[in-house]
Amino acid sequence: MSGLLMRSLDRYAVAFFVLLAAVAILVPLANLTLPAGHPLHVSTYAVALVGKYLCYALLALSVDLIWGYVGILSLGHGAFFALGGYAMGMYLMRQIGTRGVYGHPELPDFMVFLDWKELPWFWHGFDQFWFAMIMVVVVPGLLAFVFGWFAFRSRVTGVYLSIITQALTFALMLAFFRNNMGFGGNNGLTDFKDILGFNLQAGTTRAGLFIASAIALGLGFLICRMLVRSRIGQVLIAIRDAESRTRFLGYRVEAYKVFVFTLSAAMAGVAGALYVPQVGIINPSEFAPANSIEVVIWVAVGGRGTLFGPVIGAVLVNYAKTYFTGALPDAWLFALGGLFVFVTLFLPQGIVGAVRQGWGKVSRRKRSGDEPAKPASQAAE
Amino acid sequence: MTSEQLAAGSILYLDNVTVSFDGFKALNNLSFVVAPGEMRAIIGPNGAGKTTMMDVVTGKTRPDEGDILFAGHTDLTKLDEADIAELGIGRKFQKPTVFESHTVRGNLELALKTDRRVFNVLFGATRADEAERIDEILETIRLKDRRASLAANLSHGQKQWLEIGMLLAQEPKLLLVDEPAAGMTDAETAETAVLLREIAKEQSVVVVEHDMTFVRDLGVKVTVLHEGHVLAEGSMDDVSNDDKVIEVYLGR
Ligand SMILES: Nc1ncnc2c1ncn2[C@@H]1O[C@H](COP(=O)(O)OP(=O)(O)O)[C@@H](O)[C@H]1O
Ligand SMILES: [Mg+2]
Repeated sequence: MSGLLMRSLDRYAVAFFVLLAAVAILVPLANLTLPAGHPLHVSTYAVALVGKYLCYALLALSVDLIWGYVGILSLGHGAFFALGGYAMGMYLMRQIGTRGVYGHPELPDFMVFLDWKELPWFWHGFDQFWFAMIMVVVVPGLLAFVFGWFAFRSRVTGVYLSIITQALTFALMLAFFRNNMGFGGNNGLTDFKDILGFNLQAGTTRAGLFIASAIALGLGFLICRMLVRSRIGQVLIAIRDAESRTRFLGYRVEAYKVFVFTLSAAMAGVAGALYVPQVGIINPSEFAPANSIEVVIWVAVGGRGTLFGPVIGAVLVNYAKTYFTGALPDAWLFALGGLFVFVTLFLPQGIVGAVRQGWGKVSRRKRSGDEPAKPASQAAE
Repeated sequence: MTSEQLAAGSILYLDNVTVSFDGFKALNNLSFVVAPGEMRAIIGPNGAGKTTMMDVVTGKTRPDEGDILFAGHTDLTKLDEADIAELGIGRKFQKPTVFESHTVRGNLELALKTDRRVFNVLFGATRADEAERIDEILETIRLKDRRASLAANLSHGQKQWLEIGMLLAQEPKLLLVDEPAAGMTDAETAETAVLLREIAKEQSVVVVEHDMTFVRDLGVKVTVLHEGHVLAEGSMDDVSNDDKVIEVYLGR
């Protein structure tokens, strides 16, 4: 176990953690301690924005774990993200208490508006932070487990699996749009006041959420890295590269798939839970099928099966999105589509893959000639 | 001998196995028996049902009819691929299939006979005796100095050997080998025949092959398959003098 930890922490991973820690400390610090006019001051808006990117990065990481290492292309991970977000949103709603527009001590505004008399059973417990946090991982995890159990045992793979994951998130979107589902219909959950008693608008609370997101991303990265470097990770890559070979060696492929799919969904749920208090709202549009596809694009851009790549891809693409939607709102979808085509054609291994290949060439040239040049390795890790 | 007696003394027993794909019988009342420790060669023209026979034995395809028994008593028609592999049946595919992004050594590690359940694999590391076993296999499959190469960088023939090595690591009681010499050079083919004979000292082996010189080199009992059933059985000399076989092979 400790040997595995050491193997997982090579210098690239250490560099990643150092960088992440620097961001986690410096961004909130520059926001809280420097005066607004200072050139290095980071606005509260920017803190929330980068905090959001960190959550997206964790979501991208969860997709890379199953797509990059097991070859399962999920086009429904936005659903697990949104479910984690709703679990957090339910806690935040219950925290509003009597401060809602209708001032009802127990029922959120939208339920009073629908003339409901009592809290639906599935809202119980969400006034407790610990309970909500358990649900953040259990609800997406359980859905993924049940879904994976049926899909992987029936040997659904490839395009068919991708399509049913799209159907899953689409169905959930339609369900959550309905008012009588009890999740606020198309308005979703919003107007949050505080978390664990801290005002959500306060700079310090935002800094806390930012740091929590960075820690979650760091932990997610570490877990993924240890997993893919462990013996189980070798089996996962084997499944990706030659599923039937793995099966005929005696591995119960579906059990491995269900395990990783569930873990990945739980990670996506955590990302969603951290996202919601930072953006202040969760509504059914988070289940939109296009969202899940976007995540896959982040991963492809950064480099599938590298763990670093998805983090880089999520941050870069979302930064570009922020820029475009501000400057050229109509152009964003075209830019995103164009980017995806460009990456597929010219950077099939994504940014990280391209850097590795370029680096491989340089270091080979340095050692010039004393070794026969090996073909560039396609190895994922 | 009654069929019970036949089954009891066998490592692999197929009795009247039929598999149809949309009405087309890929296997048609196929019956044959392999004795423990035996090496059997199965030949037959393309489409004779050789690969399908391996599919039904290893749980990939369910037969419509017939019995398949392993070691005289285990009914294979009820089990899936992983169960059957755990019982001790290893299979080499017609198209060499190795884990390309793993090293040669990594491929063998994955194949080693260990607990394959998810949570027991989670934190396992390679033990010293396993490392020794891997060295032995590397020696056998002539890949000792390629141990650190990625499997993707091996030649076609070397991939075939690596896959055979993976089967050895699995420590099966019965090995099914589908066209091991396909796409090999003559030298590699001859080497493969030697390799298989070495392996057959310890395990029962069923080899499917097209290449007649290769089968002759093996020097074992031959079963000729045609249109999903057994056309002839015996030594290579016997079957190559069999009129039906000549008709099927040469009369086309
Ligand atoms: N999954 C399948 N669906 C339909 N037909 C199949 C399938 N698998 C094999 N066949 C047919 O069964 C026959 C036997 O195939 P196969 O066992 O691969 O032959 P061999 O290995 O002896 O060349 C062939 O005619 C092939 O087309
Ligand atoms: Mg065949």
